[in-house]
Amino acid sequence: MADNLVACLEEDVSTDTSEIEDILSSYPKEPRFLLPALLDIQKRFRYLPVSAMKRVAEYLCVLETRVFSVATFYKALSLTPKGERTIRVCAGTACHLRGSSSILRQIEKELGILSGDTTEDGMFTLETVNCLGACALAPVMMIDDRVYGKMTPHKVCEVLRKDSCNDSE
Amino acid sequence: MTLNEKDYLNLDRKDIIQLPMVEEVTIRVCCGTGCLANGSELVLREFHRLIQKAEDPLKVTVMADSTGCHGFCEHGPIVTIHPYNIFYQKVHKKDVEEIFEKTIRERKLVRRLLYTDPNTKEISMTSEEIPFYSKQTRKVLSLSGKVDPESIDSYISFGGYSALAKALFMDKKEVIEEVARSGLRGRGGGGFPTGEKWRSCSEAEDTERYVIANGDEGDPGAFMDRSLMEGDPHSIIEGMIIGGYAIGASRGFIYVRAEYPLAVKHLDHAIKEAQARGFLGKNILGGNFSFELETYRGGGAFVCGESTALMASIEGKIGEPRVKYIRSTRKGLWGKPTVLNNVETWANIPHIILQGATPFRMSGTEQSPGTKIFSLVGKIKNSGLVEVPMGIPLREIIYGIGGGTLSNRPFKAVQTGGPSGGCIPGTMLDLKVDFDSLTEVGSMMGSGGLIVMDDRTCMVDIARYFVDFLVEESCGKCTPCREGLMEMQNILHRLTTSRAAKGDVKKLREISECLPHTALCGLGKTAANPVISTLRYFPEEYMEHEEDNFCRAGVCTGMFSLTINPSRCVGCHACFRECPEAAIKGNPGQPHEISNNECILCGTCLKTCKFDAIVIGRRRQDDD
Repeated sequence: MADNLVACLEEDVSTDTSEIEDILSSYPKEPRFLLPALLDIQKRFRYLPVSAMKRVAEYLCVLETRVFSVATFYKALSLTPKGERTIRVCAGTACHLRGSSSILRQIEKELGILSGDTTEDGMFTLETVNCLGACALAPVMMIDDRVYGKMTPHKVCEVLRKDSCNDSE
Repeated sequence: MTLNEKDYLNLDRKDIIQLPMVEEVTIRVCCGTGCLANGSELVLREFHRLIQKAEDPLKVTVMADSTGCHGFCEHGPIVTIHPYNIFYQKVHKKDVEEIFEKTIRERKLVRRLLYTDPNTKEISMTSEEIPFYSKQTRKVLSLSGKVDPESIDSYISFGGYSALAKALFMDKKEVIEEVARSGLRGRGGGGFPTGEKWRSCSEAEDTERYVIANGDEGDPGAFMDRSLMEGDPHSIIEGMIIGGYAIGASRGFIYVRAEYPLAVKHLDHAIKEAQARGFLGKNILGGNFSFELETYRGGGAFVCGESTALMASIEGKIGEPRVKYIRSTRKGLWGKPTVLNNVETWANIPHIILQGATPFRMSGTEQSPGTKIFSLVGKIKNSGLVEVPMGIPLREIIYGIGGGTLSNRPFKAVQTGGPSGGCIPGTMLDLKVDFDSLTEVGSMMGSGGLIVMDDRTCMVDIARYFVDFLVEESCGKCTPCREGLMEMQNILHRLTTSRAAKGDVKKLREISECLPHTALCGLGKTAANPVISTLRYFPEEYMEHEEDNFCRAGVCTGMFSLTINPSRCVGCHACFRECPEAAIKGNPGQPHEISNNECILCGTCLKTCKFDAIVIGRRRQDDD
């Protein structure tokens, strides 16, 4: 019966089950490890494959509905694959005051996607975050783990160009 | 060298200073998030490289350590050199060699890396000479920037864990009473007396109890918890062990926000080290008390900063708050008595236990004793973390420590308390900042974000910003918060995009007055604060948006006109380069012009111009 609840999502067959087992084996079989386990899977696969969510439910002895509710409640978790690299534009108050919206607009224009989307080639996902805690450097953006401070629309183009150059090297 | 009068007056005294010989020099490189973003890791690596490669043997032992946040993030990366206590700012990799040669070998100062006061032009050698630091009272932050967050020995060398040792020799009740006497109030924003909370929990029937540190710092513009967790994790851990002992808990959790990976790393490492030293685990310091601590990563949901939602999240459920008929100190995590305090509150505990309640009460006010850390950000010269006694006037924080507004534009308001707080107008600059005074003027302490706004900040846009934030973060459980905020958002979007309908402001006021009385949890009850406070202090801006389609701050796109004042424009070409639509015409050195046909009124040039040459005006009727 619980199977129907996630039937709306396409079955993912390509997931490497041994990796999921590796992640799960580091946690005791207690329901309270649901979020940590899902965060690990998200980090590894850049999304939560349906098969993985089912396995997590089985392993931690929780209902699949609960896994689904947690997976859709927390922003750090995603049911669709994210891009290889994530660009996060800080939309915290300090960044907003110092013009983060024009930074976001410029990136959207450069990449041809809107915030929340992933480029067609699966390279970049563009997101906004509420605060990166680097308010002194506002406006701030982050590409993966690297923080870029005191951004201007002009600098966005430079950073994006340089970033894709670094990749090709 | 003989000096004539002219030479003497122009003499650069900082260049003359010859530092004394010492046996050991420690170089501390700030590796807080702000400085890391500016490349402090490269600076540290370069120091290590030079120390190892030093060709002719150095006369001193040199060590280079990473530290947590110094707080003066605007001027990062920060490097301090001890025992001289030299404070170098904006240090980049290319400067390292010069510091090494001049300061370490020749024992001279590198003048250009010292802090120069933008107003008085005075040069400071140590952090104590810089007004940003000298006007603060750093207690909780006293070790941030000094201690190596990844070394328990470093923490112990500064007196760490002596408060724990002292507490374990005290009676549990005594510990609680000491905290109660100190008058410490919850630093997460609520301001609930910590001692009372502990007492209530210790009197609960159930003996299985928990302590939790709330490090789910979701308020945009606040980063004091992050700085503490990253920069001085042991002070939080020590506070929690003392708390666990006092209330009789054997387990604790530190809930850390998803966006703070470095904080998780440092805390996990610190917990392991504390276990290895016998500060955590079974029979702590050889006594009967046993206590386990673990970190818990959040999933990126603002509502999880609310205590009951946070507990649900630790239980592995979705983070929805519950109605608090029964306090968490009776039935909290897994239905057991739980004490949940903010990270900053926990970090205060070792100070109170070690020095006693009376010295703690020496700073701050009668009702709000102690110090509070604020993150001073926005349109302010010296952005960063500041710790000041409660009751300090706003003016002292913004002008004394913060150095005034960016580019000296007129101060308009300061927003406190995050999305649930409010805006305090410029006329109230002499307000004394504590829990109660902020609530009185319609704002709140919140976690301590102080966001400074100047005349180029639109208050309607700020209200829209916070309501957007809250709509996204509302968990959706209760109707007033879910639907009420949504309707407020619709109105605010109309007001800021030239689509206002008559009566919008009136309707906005009605909904905002309804929310505090009907929403379920603390977040919903306070969600309308940004709207209520801006409506209260800046009604004229709302009316201009509704009736005249005009945004006086030049923020709401399309609701103003832009021209360049030719007598002020120096032709620096900066706006020309930044304009995303290439709407600005002109050659370097000559006054520029804005072409109305191409200008999309985004306001980028307003932020770029350093000469106040761009003029905001009302739009003419025929522009539409």
